Amino acid sequence: MDWHFVFSQALTQAIGPTMLIYAIAAIGLNVQFGYTGLLNFGQAAFAAMGAYGLALAVVAFGLPFGWGILIGFGAAIVMALLLGIPTLRLRADYLAIVTIAAAEIVRRLARATVWSEYTGGSDGMRGFSEPFFELSPYNPDANWSVLFVSMDGGRLIVDLGIVDFQYSSRDLWVMTVGWILVAIFLVVVGLLVHSPWGRVLKGIREDEEAVRSLGKNVFAYKMQALVIGGIIGAAAGFIFALSRANVQPDTFSTDFTFYFYVVLILGGAARLFGPVLGAALFWFLFNLLSLTLNQGIRSDLIPREVLAPTQVGPLVFFLMGLGMVLLLIFRPQGILGNRRELMLDVR
Amino acid sequence: MVLSAVLVGLVLGLGVSSTAQAQGETGVKGTLKDQDDNLISEVEITVSDADGNEIATTASAEDGTWSVPLESPGTYLVALDESTLPNGLLVRNGRPQLEVEVRASERTVLFPLDTQLDPNAQPQETEAPGGSDSTGDGEEETTGAVEAEDEIDPEIESAAGPTRAVSLLFSGIHFGLMIALAAVGLSMVFGTTGLTNFSHGDLVTFGGVMALMFNIIVGLPVWAAVIGAVAAGALFGWLQDWGLWSRLRKRGTGLITMMIISIGVALLIRFATLFFVGGERRRYDEYVGQTPWDLGWLVITPKEVYTGLIAALVCSAVGLALVFTRLGKATRAVADNPSLASSTGIDVNRVIRLVWTIGGALAALAGVFLSVNDGVKFDMGQHLLLLVFAAVVLGGLGTAFGAFIGAMLIGIFVQMSTLVIAPELKYVGALAVLIIVMLTRPQGILGRRERIG
Repeated sequence: MDWHFVFSQALTQAIGPTMLIYAIAAIGLNVQFGYTGLLNFGQAAFAAMGAYGLALAVVAFGLPFGWGILIGFGAAIVMALLLGIPTLRLRADYLAIVTIAAAEIVRRLARATVWSEYTGGSDGMRGFSEPFFELSPYNPDANWSVLFVSMDGGRLIVDLGIVDFQYSSRDLWVMTVGWILVAIFLVVVGLLVHSPWGRVLKGIREDEEAVRSLGKNVFAYKMQALVIGGIIGAAAGFIFALSRANVQPDTFSTDFTFYFYVVLILGGAARLFGPVLGAALFWFLFNLLSLTLNQGIRSDLIPREVLAPTQVGPLVFFLMGLGMVLLLIFRPQGILGNRRELMLDVR
Repeated sequence: MVLSAVLVGLVLGLGVSSTAQAQGETGVKGTLKDQDDNLISEVEITVSDADGNEIATTASAEDGTWSVPLESPGTYLVALDESTLPNGLLVRNGRPQLEVEVRASERTVLFPLDTQLDPNAQPQETEAPGGSDSTGDGEEETTGAVEAEDEIDPEIESAAGPTRAVSLLFSGIHFGLMIALAAVGLSMVFGTTGLTNFSHGDLVTFGGVMALMFNIIVGLPVWAAVIGAVAAGALFGWLQDWGLWSRLRKRGTGLITMMIISIGVALLIRFATLFFVGGERRRYDEYVGQTPWDLGWLVITPKEVYTGLIAALVCSAVGLALVFTRLGKATRAVADNPSLASSTGIDVNRVIRLVWTIGGALAALAGVFLSVNDGVKFDMGQHLLLLVFAAVVLGGLGTAFGAFIGAMLIGIFVQMSTLVIAPELKYVGALAVLIIVMLTRPQGILGRRERIG
């Protein structure tokens, strides 16, 4: 068992590009679910709006990259309005059903062969990310080394002895942009929720009727929260699409949304840093588990009859799901959360 | 589809793989691996154009990779020479030759390789009622990288005009009855506990898997496996309420928390199924290819008729029991107003336990009946769930009869809509109906307005 490799990889992933996707999407979800109590089960669709908005604009319509970003955000806003108008006046679980259905509609439309000459059908699209990587300040052939930090052919290596972190120059650029986005969104959301506006949101979560009786337009506040969360979700979609340089419809499934919830609740809903902490911890645990199991199989510590390499994936997802259920039962406030703040109910 | 493909899909789904792919060049490429991820070298791969003219032959390199550059986008045939494969290795889905559509980029072609080829490996097409071959799906399945999503129920391609409409109507009624079996349980659980149970679809999968176990591993005939699966489904529902939901209710866990827990439970069932059964579509050993009855105006397989009739009987029995038995009346009372029911001496927890048990049994029955037609797959329930939601919302959340009516309407709508729209979009139509109902009549057909907050 190569524990150095396992822990290095797990820690590398805990702050890597993939974790950023989940962190950003969960920040958006935090505005909707954590602060306002909106059960958006279609955050994957908002991410898809961002990713597909960008990819379609650049690849299918030949627009500049910047327009792609704007179209992605625009698509997310339109979708939030479309979903919000019918459902935000209804009880919370109706929004849940409608958003989950809408996310499925988006996924099925994206993989439909009817317009696959534009969307690529189930293969998705690529070829939109080069303008983004051309902006990268990192030289893909850099070679230098300062103390424990070194650059080897554009690959950043931070060797701390016990563990090391390694990122390619492309990952590095995605991470730079991703962490800047996380910082911006945290500041914006932090300012918003501590403003009078944010207090109304929390009021809606606690008791909608009470807020309504104070003369506030609850519907408008909910809609604003849905739109803001959706925009942040679209930003997660950009990072998702750019970090992998392609978009594929089947990656935006309902499971994707569920793991955003896992991340959010693990870190602590309605806590500013909850999503970021949750995403880091989630990806650390996920990689730790799957790498340990894989290494165990490879070094014959786990017999192949007990666990085949192809079964590692399902097993890890199973264990993460189990952890999620147990967490919700015994510590629904997550790591940072306040238990009293999350006694949500719909009746 | 093959397990590895599903796993690739899952891993990609979480974005674990972050390697950027080369862009801009036209061609086909791939990496040959066996089931243990060993790279396979020196396997010959031939690429020819749509007319069969050979363009190039290449062999996979040391690291299993191969690629063939192409001059222009178009349709190409990629063939793997199975005789050059190392000992015992075969292409798992029995398709060493694939037709691929190459666009202006490098296209990855996957050949799933395995040492043990299932001798009964089914071709991937879904079975068409009326014996007509379905010709859809071909494009998707050539990729291998993306899980081809077989529709839960088959298409009817060849028949035209009124005959096709009649066939679609009947398959819609059949599908509606299947949805109804699942929807009654979901709706009653919602009615009595207020829980929107996102794991109900996976109870359907559970039924299909249990029957598979009784049928393939234990070796029982399918009719006995059905009974076993329904009993297992009832037990599973009972256990879930006993071990999880009743305790959560006692703890005073919020409904929204319970709803998210139910998604977690759904994932647990789904990944446990994937772990034990694998990602392929598995079929029972009987009634797979049945000779259909040709009635002239309608071609229908006997299994569809029988499963439909049984489903209709079960649904009516549940309906009659709800209206005429004491327990049924108690159930409706609890669904109407739990505290009032409790104060009249009804044991609310016992009623809820019963609803979970019956709901589990009905969902399992739906699962087996769907699997008799289309085989068992780990995500079949997940795809059905949204249609069940559509049915329940259309009929009115929390009402058993509304769920039945909604299910029939959705089932017929889904099938009949393929007269107008592409079959791959028929679920989209049903889900759009769900959203429109929300917009115009959120309480559903039989619901009452004051239920909506």
